Amino acid sequence: MAGVTSINLVERALLVSIQDDITDTEILELQDRLSNRIAQNRIDGVILDISALEIVDTFVGRVIAQLAGISKLLAAETYVVGMRPTVAVTLVELGMYLPEIRTALSLTHALAQLRRV
Amino acid sequence: MAQSATANILTVLDTDFKGIIEEWLGTQVKEGVKRSDLFSDAESRAQNRELLKAFSKGIRDGVTGEDFDLDDDQWDDLRAVLADVSRERVSRGVTPTEMATFVLALKAPLFKRLEALETSDHSVLIRDVMLVTRLVDAFAIYTNEIFINEREQIIDRQRQEMLELSTPVVELWDRVLTLPLIGTLDSARAQEVMENLLQTILERQAEVVIMDITGVGTVDTQVAQHLLRAAAAVRLMGAECIISGISPMIAQTMVQLGIDVGTVSTRSSIRTALSDALLTVGYVIKKTGDQ
Amino acid sequence: MPLPSYAAFDESDLGAQVLLSQHKLKSSGDAVTARQAVARYMKDNGASALSVTRFATAVSEIARNAINHAGGGEFSIYVDRGRKQLTVVCWDKGPGIADVKLALSDGYTSGGGLGRGLGGAQRLAGRFEIRTAVGAGTSVLMSVTL
Ligand SMILES: Nc1ncnc2c1ncn2[C@@H]1O[C@H](COP(=O)(O)OP(=O)(O)O)[C@@H](O)[C@H]1O
Ligand SMILES: [Mg+2]
Repeated sequence: MAGVTSINLVERALLVSIQDDITDTEILELQDRLSNRIAQNRIDGVILDISALEIVDTFVGRVIAQLAGISKLLAAETYVVGMRPTVAVTLVELGMYLPEIRTALSLTHALAQLRRV
Repeated sequence: MAQSATANILTVLDTDFKGIIEEWLGTQVKEGVKRSDLFSDAESRAQNRELLKAFSKGIRDGVTGEDFDLDDDQWDDLRAVLADVSRERVSRGVTPTEMATFVLALKAPLFKRLEALETSDHSVLIRDVMLVTRLVDAFAIYTNEIFINEREQIIDRQRQEMLELSTPVVELWDRVLTLPLIGTLDSARAQEVMENLLQTILERQAEVVIMDITGVGTVDTQVAQHLLRAAAAVRLMGAECIISGISPMIAQTMVQLGIDVGTVSTRSSIRTALSDALLTVGYVIKKTGDQ
Repeated sequence: MPLPSYAAFDESDLGAQVLLSQHKLKSSGDAVTARQAVARYMKDNGASALSVTRFATAVSEIARNAINHAGGGEFSIYVDRGRKQLTVVCWDKGPGIADVKLALSDGYTSGGGLGRGLGGAQRLAGRFEIRTAVGAGTSVLMSVTL
């Protein structure tokens, strides 16, 4: 089941919902597609909804951090929304504080913050 | 006289088992440790009977020469009954002194009967009394250990409950939570606080969290570390975290740790933290009238 | 199925455990399958959400390591008869780790990673044991109380 993750344009942001069974290949391919989309359109932000993720390990954490880095170079902010409490605690234990990303409770919150910039 | 060291004691136990129990109960009343407020007569009698039965069994099988070890298998029954009785007594609020006196009260009825035995000359009597004393004392010490263990378990349970009670997350305003931390912040408590806080953020969809540390005794590097980790987790979930009640000293400790947690804002007082938090969620505190 | 000899863990390390499932680790999709299986068993046996996430994350790190650093491996999930403890064993026939202490330290990677996986897994799992020999392979055993 090669679930190609869909990218939706909402206002001037790209919204992506990441599924729990996403593979490394898919997530790297997603990073690629997102970078291209940011460059093509006038995008202010990328919003990653990770509420479906039961875990975020160091690999996925790093891909997200890299995506934030790439977005920033292309003048867009990356928001991670919907992180579960258990995932937050575990990431902290792994020592992954992800300072390069922005966070918000939900998609709505992230969009509201993007409108303010 | 090549007689086994336990022969006289066993004779006494066998010939007047009932009498010993009655007298044991009697001594308990005299010494004021028979808690008729807590146990009915029938209950006390049944407990004493069980104990004495297991005690006789232990003496019959578990004493070689004049030596014994309560840890041996032969004393399994006695230990089991004692454990049950002690546990029940702790739960009903009997004190360790009362429990020890209760066990030790078994000596008197045994001594009296050993003394009355015709076979006993003076030296045999002394030997028997010594053995009974050692046995009953060991028995009392064992009881005390169980008591202490039970108590420790109760204390642990209560500590756990206190832990939960002492980390209240308060919804100060719509989407604003506050966590007034008081006392010491060890690892267990920090973990508890963090989980509780994150869950509440999710449930309340809180946008700002104020962690007030005015009431935290000392903030050493470890405590600072816990605070920063909690703040980091709060931020990862998408809420803003303000730590208030930070003295200049604490500020220095936190900077020295050099953890990059993204943005964690700090305020010296909960007052400024509160007005900033309200501003974030779209409210201002305004003075009415001109008092 | 008994563990192969190079696994470095045997029945004596496992105690009285029942094999629940076994997974081949070849691609990153297999790491996902393995950690999802662990998560499901834990949830079915009443583990808390936090303990599931912590342990499944540790599993993901270890499984990924076998795939990325050793060209693949195998992964087994065991439970004790009282269903009180879940144990996983992950083993490979890769190059092994010359300096385990170094590999466990946060930030050390022999290439391209973040270097927080091994040490992180150790902190996240209740019991964590690693046995490795250069040229022979690496096995990691982790347990969690349910
Ligand atoms: N199964 C394994 N086989 C060989 N080497 C390993 C294995 N697991 C870990 N290592 C070594 O330990 C290092 C640290 O592992 P880890 O902390 O997971 O970091 P990362 O995977 O990001 O490099 C790896 O870079 C690698 O050199
Ligand atoms: Mg790794």
